[in-house]
Amino acid sequence: MTQPTLIMGAVAYAPKVVTIWEGFKAWFAQQGFAFDYVLYSNYEAQVEAQFDGTLHVAWNSPLAWVRADRMARSRGQSVQAVAMRNTDCNLRSVIVVRADSLLQSAADLRGKTLGVGAIDSPQATLLPLHHLRLAGLIGGQDFTVRRFDVLAGKHGDHIGGERDAALALLAGDVDACCMIDGNHLGFGLDGTLPAGSTRIIERTAPYDHCNFTTSPDAPQDLIDRFVELLMSMKYDDPQVRPLLELEGLKKWKPGRVDFYPDLAQAVDEEGFYSADGRILRADYRY
Amino acid sequence: MDAFFVPTIDIDRLGLDEGGLLLVRRALAQLAVGERLHLRGCAPDWDLHLTAWCRQQGHEIEIHRLADGPLEAVIVRGPWAQDRWRGALESGTSQLAKDEMPAQIADAAWGLAARGATVEAGSPAIGFNLRHRDEIWAATAGDLYRQAAAAQWDPQTAIDWDAPFDLDPEIEAAIAQVMTYLIENENAALVVPARHLGQVHPHFREVQQALALQCADEARHIEVFTRRLGLRGHRPMLSTAGGQASLHTLMQAPDFSSATFLLSVLGEGSFINLLNFLHEHAPDPVTRQICRLAARDEARHVAFAMAHLEHRLTAQPEFLTRLQNAVEQRHEELASSAGLNEEVFDALVLLAAGALTPEAIAIGHGAVQRLKLDMAAGRKARLLRLGFDPAQAQRLADMHTQNFM
Repeated sequence: MTQPTLIMGAVAYAPKVVTIWEGFKAWFAQQGFAFDYVLYSNYEAQVEAQFDGTLHVAWNSPLAWVRADRMARSRGQSVQAVAMRNTDCNLRSVIVVRADSLLQSAADLRGKTLGVGAIDSPQATLLPLHHLRLAGLIGGQDFTVRRFDVLAGKHGDHIGGERDAALALLAGDVDACCMIDGNHLGFGLDGTLPAGSTRIIERTAPYDHCNFTTSPDAPQDLIDRFVELLMSMKYDDPQVRPLLELEGLKKWKPGRVDFYPDLAQAVDEEGFYSADGRILRADYRY
Repeated sequence: MDAFFVPTIDIDRLGLDEGGLLLVRRALAQLAVGERLHLRGCAPDWDLHLTAWCRQQGHEIEIHRLADGPLEAVIVRGPWAQDRWRGALESGTSQLAKDEMPAQIADAAWGLAARGATVEAGSPAIGFNLRHRDEIWAATAGDLYRQAAAAQWDPQTAIDWDAPFDLDPEIEAAIAQVMTYLIENENAALVVPARHLGQVHPHFREVQQALALQCADEARHIEVFTRRLGLRGHRPMLSTAGGQASLHTLMQAPDFSSATFLLSVLGEGSFINLLNFLHEHAPDPVTRQICRLAARDEARHVAFAMAHLEHRLTAQPEFLTRLQNAVEQRHEELASSAGLNEEVFDALVLLAAGALTPEAIAIGHGAVQRLKLDMAAGRKARLLRLGFDPAQAQRLADMHTQNFM
């Protein structure tokens, strides 16, 4: 009898995605676990495939998690976040100005132009806009939002939008811009934003990033074995380490969902998804 | 570590994107996994950057405000940096002591690492075909490399290209034909080691370096022969099928040792005689100078080849039969080819004669015959040194290509 195969979905935001999942597939096979993957060009199609029986589990962005959770609840079903990277926990986004800018805090952005990432980027668009809304400023109303849309549909996985916004900041095209905390450090280290050339005026609350989201009715034994194998991956295993490095983690951790509510709120504020997970934004192209 | 000692560093105003990470990494490297580092700073947003970096690196971190106001980070060192080096490979000795040899077999997974480096497990196995010591090693490779590095000469300044001379057109044409022939042969002498060079595992650094300079020598020879050829406006002259067929067999030799044997021990060894002949008989100072310098380089190539074959035959005495087969096989392949072309032979006679009179030609012809005898004697002497018995050495020396290289 053929061994049941766990089918996972992933979004091809870069060519390395094939390398990563081919490597994981080979490693899972060595452990006697039948695993295969389906690549999508965007998270929307991937999440929808979680509800038509195509996928057992999906490697989801935080925004894709929010949508999958809403779609499941609206159907009386449930999805679970079963695992995530150590690097997915407790991220913050920052709002950055040029070092010589007069802007000191969120309030100073009134009447100014804020550069954000892709329309669907949690870290460079939705969460910073939510943060500013908490400070009393509404994008498009109290300040101008200029989007740097790179690879929409990939939920900001591509760093290009944040980089373009940072370059626009240096060029004086925007008054402030948004990025993930690690990218502010990274842009300083790689010279995109020379050290001392910018200043952080706002930090968002901590939030979590990607997770493995189960599909409704996914076979529990397959999911359990999948998670068990993920947790057994060791960074000191030379076969696994390059894959972990490509995927940007040191170890897998059990999934948690208590750092997604800010994003869910941002989704409602920006009218991105409906309560049942339908896409609402007419200008969202993916 | 002393239970009461809490390591603390202060990076002051230094940003993590301004080099501060170096101090953090060095401080953490002093700690065991699970130990704590306290860190203070006052650069803008250092705490945010440190938190992001620790998340990426897998260190636990907490930030708290001290009673007197400033922020302090407490980092718990994670295991990941250490885990990377579990199962790492040791790749031998960087500087070999006298009479010390590199590894018998270079591990493909050592790849391009410097010999002696600690190589991360999981590094790609790079397919260098020549990774068995006995297939390539020469005890004097390091010395010969150093000699070669010290003896490199600049064609522009080492040769007096403006030295005055005026040759009869017939003699200048003979020079152009000989240079055409030399360039063709040096092309082979460059290509053959170059084809092996890329296959040598970098663990055998001295061999790699010696071969690299051998290639550089040949590139330089090609340059100076080409410049001399055109010095009085001549274009390259004739290249024969037989000559190229002879050189082609060098590229088809089945292994490094056989190729080195045929090219350097027999071919370049004979070429030293030829270059010395030209140094003695060439009618102009430029040709004499370039042949003298080229002969000096070729002598190193022969010395490397001899040293390699002496190593190989010491380790594998039975390899002598393979060398014998290589000569015989090449001889069979070239049996139907013409050997040295008449144009080159006549040009050499003319250069030694210096004039087209019967008396002069007789002298030139005699000189070329002596050159051929000298070449054969040299080949036999080297074959004897490698361990062939006299009769075998004579036979194999005589079977060498008539094309000299």
